Amino acid sequence: MAKLESKVPPGPLADKWQSYKASMRLVNPANKRKYEVIVVGAGLAGSSASATLSELGYKVSNFVFHDSPRRAHSIAAQGGINAAKNYQNDGDSVHRLFYDTLKGGDYRARESNVHRLAEVSANIIDQCAAQGVPFAREYGGLLANRSFGGAQVSRTFYARGQTGQQLLLGAYSALSRAVAGGGVTLHTQMEMLDLVVVDGHAKGIIARNLVTGEVTRHTADAVVLATGGYGNVFNLSTYARGSNATAIWRAYKRGACFANPCFTQIHPTCIPVSGDYQSKLTLMSESLRNDGRIWVPKRKEDRLKPPGSIPEEDRDYYLERMYPSFGNLSPRDISSRAAKRVCDEGRGVGETGLGVYLDFGEAIGRLGEAGVRERYGNLFDIYHEITNENAYKVPMRIFPAVHYTMGGLWVDYDLMSNVPGLFVLGEANFSDHGANRLGASALMQGLADGYFVVPYTIGNYLATQKPGSRPSVDRPEFLQAKQSVDAGTARLFGINGKQPVSHFHKRLGHLMWQYCGMARTREGLEKGLKEIPALRAEFWENVKVPGSADSLNQSLEQAARVGDFLELGELMCRDALARDESCGCHFREEHQYPDGECKRDDEHFAHAAAWEYAGEGKEPVRNVENLNYESVKMSVRNYK
Amino acid sequence: MSTKTFSVTIRVWRQSAAGRPGRFVDYPVAGVSPDMSFLEMLDVVNDGLTLKGEEPIAFAHDCREGICGTCSLTIDGKPHGPHEGVATCQTYMRSYKEGDLIVVEPFRARAFPVQKDLVTDRSAFDKIQQAGGFITARTGSAPDANSVPIAKGVADLAMDAAQCIGCGACVAACKNSSAMLFVAAKVSHLGLLPQGQPERDRRVLSMVRTMDSLGFGGCTNQYECSAACPKLISHDFIARLNRDYAKAVFRTAFEPVAAGGGGEG
Ligand SMILES: Cc1cc2nc3c(=O)[nH]c(=O)nc-3n(C[C@H](O)[C@H](O)[C@H](O)COP(=O)(O)OP(=O)(O)OC[C@H]3O[C@@H](n4cnc5c(N)ncnc54)[C@H](O)[C@@H]3O)c2cc1C
Ligand code: FES
Repeated sequence: MAKLESKVPPGPLADKWQSYKASMRLVNPANKRKYEVIVVGAGLAGSSASATLSELGYKVSNFVFHDSPRRAHSIAAQGGINAAKNYQNDGDSVHRLFYDTLKGGDYRARESNVHRLAEVSANIIDQCAAQGVPFAREYGGLLANRSFGGAQVSRTFYARGQTGQQLLLGAYSALSRAVAGGGVTLHTQMEMLDLVVVDGHAKGIIARNLVTGEVTRHTADAVVLATGGYGNVFNLSTYARGSNATAIWRAYKRGACFANPCFTQIHPTCIPVSGDYQSKLTLMSESLRNDGRIWVPKRKEDRLKPPGSIPEEDRDYYLERMYPSFGNLSPRDISSRAAKRVCDEGRGVGETGLGVYLDFGEAIGRLGEAGVRERYGNLFDIYHEITNENAYKVPMRIFPAVHYTMGGLWVDYDLMSNVPGLFVLGEANFSDHGANRLGASALMQGLADGYFVVPYTIGNYLATQKPGSRPSVDRPEFLQAKQSVDAGTARLFGINGKQPVSHFHKRLGHLMWQYCGMARTREGLEKGLKEIPALRAEFWENVKVPGSADSLNQSLEQAARVGDFLELGELMCRDALARDESCGCHFREEHQYPDGECKRDDEHFAHAAAWEYAGEGKEPVRNVENLNYESVKMSVRNYK
Repeated sequence: MSTKTFSVTIRVWRQSAAGRPGRFVDYPVAGVSPDMSFLEMLDVVNDGLTLKGEEPIAFAHDCREGICGTCSLTIDGKPHGPHEGVATCQTYMRSYKEGDLIVVEPFRARAFPVQKDLVTDRSAFDKIQQAGGFITARTGSAPDANSVPIAKGVADLAMDAAQCIGCGACVAACKNSSAMLFVAAKVSHLGLLPQGQPERDRRVLSMVRTMDSLGFGGCTNQYECSAACPKLISHDFIARLNRDYAKAVFRTAFEPVAAGGGGEG
């Protein structure tokens, strides 16, 4: 059994981080440059960490599979970033942001980590403004804010609809400065394919150069993974095509526990699938639900009729009907599940039947077309570009899509996994969002981890490691890890089957969506646990990977990633089955209140489940970290 | 939405690796749906090639929503294809019709060598960025964000420049393969803000010199760059860059950059 020590500092919640900083071990400045840290990933979490660690004097090697750090998927975040600045004087505070985040996560996150996140949130905005992030401003020159779901205060900072882009470019500029100064060595187009563990500690990685195919060994005193989320296990999602689970999955297979893998957020307002060739689901901002009304026809027979020809009395404004007090602004998970339900009933619209209308007819009547254009013009343009439909004339079609993964590698208060020396930041860890993430909180977490947490906590570990003691890459552990990577590659080429990688990825996505998606049941999950291993077996017999290993080979990259997804998908089903309750985004149909709300079981499941790899073909071990709440009372989440 | 499919032929640049000779190869594509994105059409072609035992066409892509700057195809001679203000990944097959012949090439520029087929090496942009595309603000040293008010108009203009996705279409569109629009966007974004003033001269001099040393050509004011830019970044920023550069050269003639740590700008 893995040892899960959360290492939460003693003392009152609000003082923990301060007292931690006052008493943690420090590395002497002259020794810092003797330590080498490998950081994998350069999204918000990885680039902020690399830049800051190098400012502190550590030698950093930064690895990304992208051709530039600036392409990390953080670039795509739109809406904004939360911070408890209380610039609007509307009663915000560190405690309120802490409380909203914990409650939003349905009481399945570690209290002390969430509090620290809220504490450092204000520093993030200062840091980014100093770097030149062009945040939206009021006419007076001060920073502007907007409101986001799950909060009653206005604490979200933004840069048009491109907040993630601007924050990432800020972190990328800090990273670029560090590269120029020689403190960071950048390895682009290099994919980490294994973690090297020496005497129980994470001491290096194996990486493949995606252009030349060369596989190399890299040693370090500590390894930081900031490799993003794994939502592409569903194939279709709002993620970039390249986002994958390989780094954290391979670390899992080297002993790092994987916590709450089944916690997946499904966003209600995305552009629906249009065909089998589809590669991507595009997010449409949730703000549209302020003025749009969501409906489907009352009768199945009407679902393909032009919407304009369906009279009012034949339309079912189902959210308004089922949730009269919140209506079209019901929370993300409720809205997503309701859309699924009406489509399951056969009333979904569009060719595939997987879509609902988001209708601006009433809003245009009230505000005029110009009024609607002013509020949402750019979103209507994006919609038009993708669907070729004019949403001023016909209602938009939307459908929920996979958007974020709250689960990830288990970490303690220091953001270190149960494998000493392995730190995990950003979306790749499980730490702060419990069973559901609030909007605008992922960007906050990534930058908090990278700028303000790991630069301190890593010292606490490195101070226990003798300077200059990092192992040689000729140690057997490195050679064995490289061999296992090479063997995996050879195995993929050796199959020479009859189906491309995409064939298996699509089928896995269907299974995951069906059994481990918005609504889950024991029966479905048990089916998933049979069908996914069968699909995996088929993959390993029948996939076709063309080309060779010694050059740029996108099929090979994709095959290895999908191979990992085929294992991770099974673990997600296993986790969802074992968690015999509903909480946040994890909705088990067996456990709901009459109004369809999640029914938590705090007596049995107020814990994080951290899965431990037990070897090929063996059932993984489910470890638990109990969650104790000192400062808040666990209550039933109620947004009505 | 339409269910009618059609056929086209794509003429694609194939090149096995950097420095190897390349050539165009024609591939007939049937069953094209108008709702497919251009890249999804290539996905389908690649699955077909895989099944036939041929090597799929390598092309760069990631977000597929016009923001990461990875996709980079020159389609019928135009970087990012036929439409203004969109990236390759936002180009849809409804722009084409039955029987069309579509020529697909990588972004061509001396500073962007081909790695394979349609994938190029654009790391020169990272090098320009490292030369000065930043504001030195050590983590933890920042003042309260509202202690430096910035007029909304200035912040908005900085944001217009900051939108650059670093794709390189500006370079590919320019006869001289100049990177002026890319550099101008970054220099203007940071130079417009009060936080960017201390390093303003040093930044522009260093970024321009690095650009010149990496094999990008000079700007002759044709402005093909802005027209090809998926974010339609204005060439006015190039004029701003030229002014900044001239002033910086003038000022540093009196106060050497290396010793002075940048001008006062
Ligand atoms: C469309 C969209 C909109 C969003 N909008 C918001 C929003 O408004 N507000 C908000 O707070 N959050 C938002 N989110 C969520 C947020 O963007 C992400 O959770 C966050 O940016 C993740 O950052 P990260 O640094 O953890 O990972 P990423 O940005 O995904 O970076 C991962 C990095 O790891 C590297 N990498 C991965 N695997 C390997 C490997 N094996 N080897 C080498 N390198 C590797 C990649 O190259 C990359 O550099 C949104 C997400 C999406 C999809
Ligand atoms: S793939 Fe990201 S901009 Fe086109």
